[in-house]
Amino acid sequence: MSAPGEHTTYVPSMGKRLQGWLAHRFAMIAAILVLLYLFVPVAYTFAFSFNNYRKSNITWNPEGSPTLKHWQNPCGAPGVCESLVKSIQIGFIATLVATVLGTLLAFALVRYKFIGRSAGNMLTFIPMATPEIVLGASLLTIFVQGFSNVGLRLGFWTIVIAHIVFCLSFVVVTVKARVQSLDARLEEAAQDLYAGPGATFWKVTFPLVLPGIVGAAMLSFSLSFDDFIITNFVSGSETTFPKFVYVSYLRGIPAQANVIGFSMFVIAVTLVILAQVIGNARKPK
Amino acid sequence: MSALAHTAAGPAGPAGPDTAVRRSWVPYLLLLPGALWLLVFFVVPLVQLFTVSLQSQFPGYPGYYYRDLNFGNYWSALTEFAPHFGRSLLFAGLATFFAFALSYPLAYAMAFKAGRWRGLMMICIIAPFFTSFILRTIAWRQILADEGPVASVLNFLHLLPGGHITETWMAVVAGLTYNFLPFMVLPIYASLERVDPRVIEAGGDLFANGFTTFRTVTLPMSMPGVLAGTLLTFIPAAGDYVNAELLGSDRSTKMVGNVIESQFFKVPGGYPTAAALSFTLMALILALVFVYVRRFGTDELL
Repeated sequence: MSAPGEHTTYVPSMGKRLQGWLAHRFAMIAAILVLLYLFVPVAYTFAFSFNNYRKSNITWNPEGSPTLKHWQNPCGAPGVCESLVKSIQIGFIATLVATVLGTLLAFALVRYKFIGRSAGNMLTFIPMATPEIVLGASLLTIFVQGFSNVGLRLGFWTIVIAHIVFCLSFVVVTVKARVQSLDARLEEAAQDLYAGPGATFWKVTFPLVLPGIVGAAMLSFSLSFDDFIITNFVSGSETTFPKFVYVSYLRGIPAQANVIGFSMFVIAVTLVILAQVIGNARKPK
Repeated sequence: MSALAHTAAGPAGPAGPDTAVRRSWVPYLLLLPGALWLLVFFVVPLVQLFTVSLQSQFPGYPGYYYRDLNFGNYWSALTEFAPHFGRSLLFAGLATFFAFALSYPLAYAMAFKAGRWRGLMMICIIAPFFTSFILRTIAWRQILADEGPVASVLNFLHLLPGGHITETWMAVVAGLTYNFLPFMVLPIYASLERVDPRVIEAGGDLFANGFTTFRTVTLPMSMPGVLAGTLLTFIPAAGDYVNAELLGSDRSTKMVGNVIESQFFKVPGGYPTAAALSFTLMALILALVFVYVRRFGTDELL
């Protein structure tokens, strides 16, 4: 694709040029404003992580602010780091299981024709079209009225189970798209070169699908890490980071939550930029 | 695994992406764990939710139910909480509209104007979502609060009827719009990115007017993305209760999600009502999705 924004061969009339210029500016200016709007609450969160507040971190206290004390002691508020660790643990387990199961599902749904394929497609799509609150409510009723009979209590593992359900759908959709866009000729070429089926899969198919799988895993983790509604329904007395923030809202959120929230943002941005840089470096020029 | 490799890499043929290979038990083996998970933890719970929505209470024992076919639960839940249902649909609809209005220029600029800044813009769209959405919603509450910058400026200019933003529907719709914006931007961008700029150029040659070009060429070509974005925004917004809880008021802005949540956790004996409301919401949204997909033919969603 030619680089957008660069003018190509034909020379438009004055009027058209003016119009084009306005359209160009309008879209870009609007886009920048919308991006700024997306960052407003992040900036707020960042700023108030330096607030030397007295009772609750709502109004800015000019005395002694900005302060670094919350950044020096990010686990200073009771429970905040415990909830963060729980969120990360849950995110890892849910991502791992959802990515494996979802990748297998995606391969089955794209690469095979079998009785029940459209039912399989449906089964993996509908959880995505289900509002979170309905997912949470249905899981709560089954956990309380059904599975508690077999000793499953609300807590860590019920959260993991619930997160796998909604992550699974997103993994299937992401990996499916990647498998569908594979060039079948690459695999044929491998076979023409006498690669066995196993070698073809592991040396050609899998590496080509891998970026999709990695993307799906990252998406899963961020969905799981930031989930509140479903978690709130199935967590019992277990606390994840979003639940910690929500619950402590009434008493006042400790600035440590701002520190952690903003740090997650920085870590994620760094990882994404690193991934892009590495991806660009490995791309054949 | 080698069986997978065998068939996956089998005579794939040039027929294209959807090439399905010979019948065997392999696909079922691949499907089994994931499908089983979804059956046990998605389908079975929904069935259970449906049976709960038909349960009746033991008279005098709140919180104890017996199996019943009490369809009256639906009638009483829907009549009692009709305003909340209406608000959910209305607020979600408004938020979807505003999200569309904000997203389109952004997606358009990314696809056609951004050039090498495209990757950076993509990061900017996704990045805020790593700061917990609860934290960001609470930040909005402080920013929009009466003594905050937005409300004070609007009040100074006498542009704010009622004098408040928070505790009103405006704050709830603003919060919903903000929180689900990326779900609108990304699909629109994905479909605009596939549009060949030369097609738009050709449109510019055919129609003198830039707006006509946009309306007859660009917009129709981005329709699949717009439709996907609409669904991805509307569905979570309609079921949301966090924005109404944190930004709205106790009386006039509660949505159906708030009712479901409080019937489950705060009202003794509220399970059947909450289940009936959840099930109605789900049925409504699924019906909407299928009508939408049929009507506009975005089968690629499925």
